[in-house]
Amino acid sequence: MFVLVVGGGKVGYYLAKELVESGHEVALMEKDHTRAAHIADEIGSIVIPHDGCEGKYLGEAGCNRADVVAAVTGDDEDNLVICQMAKHHFDVPRTIARVNNPKNEALFRHLGVDELISPTRMILGSIEQDIPVHELLHLAALGEGELELIEAHLQAGSPAIGRAPKDLSIPEGCSLFAVIRDGIATPLRPDTMMLEGDKVIAIGKQECQAMLHDQLIGDPEAIGADAG
Amino acid sequence: MKIVIVGCGRVGSSVAEAYDRSGHQVLVIDSATAAFDRLPSSFGGTAIRGDGTDEDVLKRAGAEGADVFLALTEGDNRNVMAAQLAAEELGIERVIAKINDPLRAKAYAELGIATLCRTGLMVDAVDHYLGFPTSGLPGMLAPTGHHGAHHETGARPATNAAGVLSGVGAAPSTANPVPNAGPTSSQEA
Repeated sequence: MFVLVVGGGKVGYYLAKELVESGHEVALMEKDHTRAAHIADEIGSIVIPHDGCEGKYLGEAGCNRADVVAAVTGDDEDNLVICQMAKHHFDVPRTIARVNNPKNEALFRHLGVDELISPTRMILGSIEQDIPVHELLHLAALGEGELELIEAHLQAGSPAIGRAPKDLSIPEGCSLFAVIRDGIATPLRPDTMMLEGDKVIAIGKQECQAMLHDQLIGDPEAIGADAG
Repeated sequence: MKIVIVGCGRVGSSVAEAYDRSGHQVLVIDSATAAFDRLPSSFGGTAIRGDGTDEDVLKRAGAEGADVFLALTEGDNRNVMAAQLAAEELGIERVIAKINDPLRAKAYAELGIATLCRTGLMVDAVDHYLGFPTSGLPGMLAPTGHHGAHHETGARPATNAAGVLSGVGAAPSTANPVPNAGPTSSQEA
């Protein structure tokens, strides 16, 4: 597979290194010449010391025959443009962008970036697994990025507690398919009673999330009031 | 008209001043307060410090409901992102991004954003002055598609950079862009 990595920071460097080690064809674009030379010294002459945002240089780097383009610079706007140029101008089948501001995820997806990696979101997710929050947790984006794998932690006040999926009005295009209870995952059947502390795993379109939130999490204000 | 300008450099501040003087409601956004020193003391519009590629900043600044959105910072990609936010998330219909890389300028016109390429404009100005034929580089391009239309350009990879650039030769007539000519369906999402 030919992978074009744009951005020679820590992420780009290790990514290119690992890909080379696993036998893939790799080209790494890094606009800072000193940094580019440094990386070339370490992992060989796969480095192109040019700005991957510039169409001309993307073309010269062989973007039109790349199987995957991974835009991993530290700037969201650069990563967006790299993926869009790759996708729309060079017809690259698979584009992956690093997204720093989680709020940009929806825009990137909407604008056709195939896969998003958000370190901020991942760390946030990790932290939120340990503290009580009344939000849906996004585990992964699937398919063309339209589907989300979501976890809902049912806490006191959730309208789903004591009810089964068949009693809820689950939005179309959305499915509750598993429940994690006491660390054990089991399929969630239409008549499985949901309990406080359950983690319900759902898959659905982004548009369904507001409804899912209402059904599984409820109104956090009200929950707070109950607890107090 | 309500006009939002991101980037208060030489171009941004000149445009802001001119539109303010002719009676439009002008909102200028720049990430550096010092940039607003370029505006005359008579400037009657709004100047807000913030990152124009941040949706929250744009909304808080009151960019929603604008008639025109101009992305005129020094960074091509910042302009691209701000313009796409304006078109896709804020639903602003007339959006122009300054993109100095000719290839990107052409690509984004095909993706539904009017683009302004200083490189092409300047080269053509020089050519015109010297009496040479125009370069064929993009100058001011009206949007011709939208971001969902990429499959129509399936033959694109076979065209090299030079071919793409010479292909825009027919562009000078777009000096007066018709942003409404582009499909707006994608902006309703």
